[in-house]
Amino acid sequence: MQPIIKTYVIPGDDFTHAGEASGKVKAMLKQLGYDSDAVRRIAIAMYEAEINMVIHADGGKATVEIHPDRVELTLQDSGPGIEDVELAMQEGYSTAPDEVRALGFGAGMGLPNIKKYTDDMKIESIVGTGTKIYMLVKAGKTS
Amino acid sequence: MSLLYHSVTLDSDKCMGCTNCIKRCPTEAIRVRDGKARIINERCIDCGECIRVCPHHAKRAIYDDFSRMNDFAYKIALPPPALYGQFNNLDDIDYVLNGLIAMGFDEVYEVSRAAEMLSDATRRMMKEQNFKKPVISSACPAVVRLIRVKFPSLCDNVLSLLSPMHIAGRQAKKEAMEKTGLAFDQIGVFFIAPCPAKITDIRQPLGVEKTWVDGAFSLAEIYPRLVDCMNKVKEPMPISKSGIIGVSWAGSGGEASALIREQYLAADGMENVMAVLEELEGERLSELDFIELNVCQGGCVGGVLTIENPFVAKARVQRLRKYLPVSLNRFNGKMESIKWREKLEYIGVMKLSEDISEAMRMMEEIERLTDNLTGLDCGSCGAPSCRALAEDIVTGKARLNDCVFVLRQEASSAGIDISSDPRMRLITDHYEKETAK
Repeated sequence: MQPIIKTYVIPGDDFTHAGEASGKVKAMLKQLGYDSDAVRRIAIAMYEAEINMVIHADGGKATVEIHPDRVELTLQDSGPGIEDVELAMQEGYSTAPDEVRALGFGAGMGLPNIKKYTDDMKIESIVGTGTKIYMLVKAGKTS
Repeated sequence: MSLLYHSVTLDSDKCMGCTNCIKRCPTEAIRVRDGKARIINERCIDCGECIRVCPHHAKRAIYDDFSRMNDFAYKIALPPPALYGQFNNLDDIDYVLNGLIAMGFDEVYEVSRAAEMLSDATRRMMKEQNFKKPVISSACPAVVRLIRVKFPSLCDNVLSLLSPMHIAGRQAKKEAMEKTGLAFDQIGVFFIAPCPAKITDIRQPLGVEKTWVDGAFSLAEIYPRLVDCMNKVKEPMPISKSGIIGVSWAGSGGEASALIREQYLAADGMENVMAVLEELEGERLSELDFIELNVCQGGCVGGVLTIENPFVAKARVQRLRKYLPVSLNRFNGKMESIKWREKLEYIGVMKLSEDISEAMRMMEEIERLTDNLTGLDCGSCGAPSCRALAEDIVTGKARLNDCVFVLRQEASSAGIDISSDPRMRLITDHYEKETAK
């Protein structure tokens, strides 16, 4: 079975539209009849990664691969990169600027939440070049 | 799935086949076919948005005829607190209640009393902490039905207690049976409905098999007769037993603020309700305990069967409740007696196919078609958006040349005169009629 592949451009520095791509993916998965737990986890993980891109990297690109039994997401940006990935993975650690925190973001839960809601995740980050996050969520329902 | 009952219906004669309702429907449950709107039954949640927006009044609510009262020996009216906001210069709720008695009801049981009982029961339940938070109110039947068709992961968050209308119906009937000695079937309990969703919830309640409420009259329909009767009331008998809490349920925020200690959010209006449900599904509101949602702007005072502007009505309710005690009703029964018997189950009416591979194939086709349509979302094809048309084509419910732009393209490249197409005829006939005037 060929996967459905969708690509989304995430605009940078635009909070009014942040979360739109994950919203579209969520709607599509519901229509496909994906089991609701997987839909929820994918939507939350992708939303977090999307917001991270808006806050830290001036946007980027999201690629979603939908298979009958799993969804693979790759979010790639050309931002500043993460200096210490292990530290960034800790709950509560954030480098978000104050004006972003004022909007209610930057609680330092983005990456930990992605880890929590996905079945697998990988971060490749090069300082000065950008960050690539890969996520995998398995669907409970197969047919 | 059981046969779905709906209290929102279409008067075909009045329908012009315009695009107002299809664009407004939150579940994309309306299509225009052959020049008339059609409601897709499985998707309709009876919110009444189409009734509100239809300029030709072709969408109507179905409710009981007032004469149905005569089927019962003893008649009880259940007025909702939203009714109290409909009258100018009213300073005492008892005028409304006495007016209802003068209309022919033997007794009046205020739904606001049951609302106070439910607030009391909810406060008690919230202390137990053994349920999924945030709790979403189940008082607006359209919200519950919206969650059931669009928000699978939120079904378990819905408050599984009877709504005030159902509690009021049961209390009223029970008390009347004791008082009069009449049998269950001899007592008729009628809700004065501010919206069609409540009427559907009487005919087909969720969570319980049946309700003790026997029927519903439209608030708007009985209004003139009620005003007439109220004007004749000189010295009203003291009937009202509601406090600030119960009466405040008329507007958005009333239910939530009655919980007193909890962190809450109250949202009203369809777009806002949908946005909050999306946030909840993304688990971004987990710090809250309680979510009150009403699909009508302003809450129940904004129902499509009300008379007054919701903001005016809300202001009046605020004035009316001013010198009332905080609350006059407690819930003394067993919690079990007002709990839903069945869990709220997601029904996947938006699903493309039961088979995921088939659904994926259809999705690819929908995406391809959508990209090839104009993206104007004009609604001329009868579907609310280009994407919805693509879905209809893929599911075999529409053809590509239902799109007027595709049709025009096809015709001009084949050198065909499209004036015989039924949709074009609709336009030319109309034009001829207009110019003949």
